[in-house]
Amino acid sequence: MKFGDMTELAVRNLREAVLRNSLTTLGVAVGVASLVAMLSLGVGLQQLATNRLNRSGLFDSVFVSSRVNFRGPGRRPAASADEKPPRALDEDARSQIARLPNVIEVYPQIRFFTEIRFDGKPFATMVAGMPESSKASGAFDGMQGRFFSGASADEAILQSEFAKELSPQPSSLIGKDLILRYAEREAIPPAANGGSSRSAPGGFSIVPREKHLQIIGVVDTEPAAGFGGYGNGRLLIPLKVAESLRAAQVNDLRDILSDSSSSKPTYASLTARTKSPDDVEAVESSIKKMGFGAFSLLDASKSLRIFFSVFDLLLGIFGSLALAVATLGIINTLVMAILERRREIGVLKALGAADSDVKQLFFVEAGVMGLFGGVLGVAFGWLIGRALTFGTNIYLQRRDLPAVQVTAVPWWLVLGAIAFAVLVSLIAGLYPASRAARLNPVDALRYE
Amino acid sequence: MPDSQPAIQLDHVCRHYTMGESAIRAVDDVSLSIQTGDFLALLGSSGSGKSTLLNLMAGLDRPTSGAIHANGKNLSELSSLDLARYRRNTVGMIFQSFNLLPRMTLEENVELPLRLSEVDRSERTSRVREALEHVHLEKRIGHRPSELSGGEQQRAAIARALVNRPKILFADEPTGNLDSATGEVILTLLREIQDNMGMTIVMVTHERPLAERFATRLASMADGKLMSTNGLSSTQEKGTRP
Repeated sequence: MKFGDMTELAVRNLREAVLRNSLTTLGVAVGVASLVAMLSLGVGLQQLATNRLNRSGLFDSVFVSSRVNFRGPGRRPAASADEKPPRALDEDARSQIARLPNVIEVYPQIRFFTEIRFDGKPFATMVAGMPESSKASGAFDGMQGRFFSGASADEAILQSEFAKELSPQPSSLIGKDLILRYAEREAIPPAANGGSSRSAPGGFSIVPREKHLQIIGVVDTEPAAGFGGYGNGRLLIPLKVAESLRAAQVNDLRDILSDSSSSKPTYASLTARTKSPDDVEAVESSIKKMGFGAFSLLDASKSLRIFFSVFDLLLGIFGSLALAVATLGIINTLVMAILERRREIGVLKALGAADSDVKQLFFVEAGVMGLFGGVLGVAFGWLIGRALTFGTNIYLQRRDLPAVQVTAVPWWLVLGAIAFAVLVSLIAGLYPASRAARLNPVDALRYE
Repeated sequence: MPDSQPAIQLDHVCRHYTMGESAIRAVDDVSLSIQTGDFLALLGSSGSGKSTLLNLMAGLDRPTSGAIHANGKNLSELSSLDLARYRRNTVGMIFQSFNLLPRMTLEENVELPLRLSEVDRSERTSRVREALEHVHLEKRIGHRPSELSGGEQQRAAIARALVNRPKILFADEPTGNLDSATGEVILTLLREIQDNMGMTIVMVTHERPLAERFATRLASMADGKLMSTNGLSSTQEKGTRP
């Protein structure tokens, strides 16, 4: 029999015992819904975690340092053969790294300890330069006030603990001015250094400066701006502004003592952000080949993926239990159908239906129940997921936390769940179908 | 007129069952030749083995021993699939209890063999209509079997048996569930089909008078054995036919 005719007959047969078959299909739907809800929770939580971590800038960043100085824990002391000799991490190096494929930005870590004056009183604090991209990191999501109006705006965002030091009501600080006092490096030309050939870099002098900044926001935590920092910044200013200050940093002293061949200022470390976490590995190895130390959290991100794979697997197994019960429902329904339609099977065989025709007919009936159950189940599962997200967000809202999406039903889950439901139904149909096919037509026709 | 090659040839056909510890010889060493165009009535009392023999000839069952040649093939040697093809394409079958599928309309019931033979959808409608016209049921095409009288249901079953244009028609007690007048109408129809289409018909019945009036040959069975076969003269046929 042609597949179209077979399907038509199967659907017609299913419609005849509409209540029983609907209940069986509903059983499949509940099974699929439980599976979809569980997996959508797994996928949703994974997406939530991955997005948060990606936005934190930890997993799409490569932290670059001059290899001479970088001695991170567990690092190999010996460079591999294809790595170039150590180089200074200067402006040339920065632009060279920025030109690497899939690198979207390279910025230095600028953090310096200094003093500010607010309301006539001095406060000691750590200042950190924030790149434009940190706006998307999520750490500024729940901030009071706003993010910097421009890359070079003379504006400051306060870390909330620090803001509380300035005023018991941090929100009242927004819009007010503060004075940043800092030590600016002023390079001393080589000529002024007595013409000594050994002191080519020249060195620098420290000049005290002041800068007026307007407070525009208060944020709970500083976004993770990378490794190699010297404590969390408590006063955040745009990175370009921080760079323009030429404030003396810890590595300046190191530079002046080292026998550097470059007269240009160097960076303690640079952060190279890639388009996606997948690009990190390639960028990291390119940077190493250029002669710099490079480090990323790729391994941590891999562990996260492994964790969620196991988590999804366990959720999937629990979710499948209901589907396993539904499978028994399909077997029961089809075995009942064989008993009821025994005579009909006999008639079909007498009219020339082959064993395979009868088998396929029952198979298609099982498959149709699986298909409908699967589609319905995905819809139910999606609704359960929405309810979970809704409930979670009510809970989070009561605790003044931002809303999140804890479940996700991606396309692969929709199609996979439906395909799985059909497959499981077909497997459930195996026994009834072969039993129906084996019926002796003479006995079946005699059956009343 | 009969062809030189018989439509069905049975050689020492046996069908034995075991029921508990006793063996039942439902069909016991039956040899019979049915010519193309014959209308054979297989007579016998209940349990004589006539229906079992019909099932063997119709390819619904297999003999324990012996050979059944139909349409040039030895049915005992056919695979299960080929036997299904034989039932589908070579033979048509009608039953005492009509065996129409109650959930389907007449049109759908008659269409079933065409679906099984994978006849194109476009051709099916005309063939179903043609078969129903043949049994004068074209006006009941959309009705379900429960909405028809017994005679109409049996006519619909005949239409279903004929729709695939078989060579042999098997009828198992076709008048058993009908009153005598309706039974006569059905047998008249079968006789018309035999005459007009040259079809070979094998009918199981226990109503000897009806068989004598409509069949061209009689064969009687008792205890699984074939007791006698005899042809009826054409004058006798013509004289007794209604």
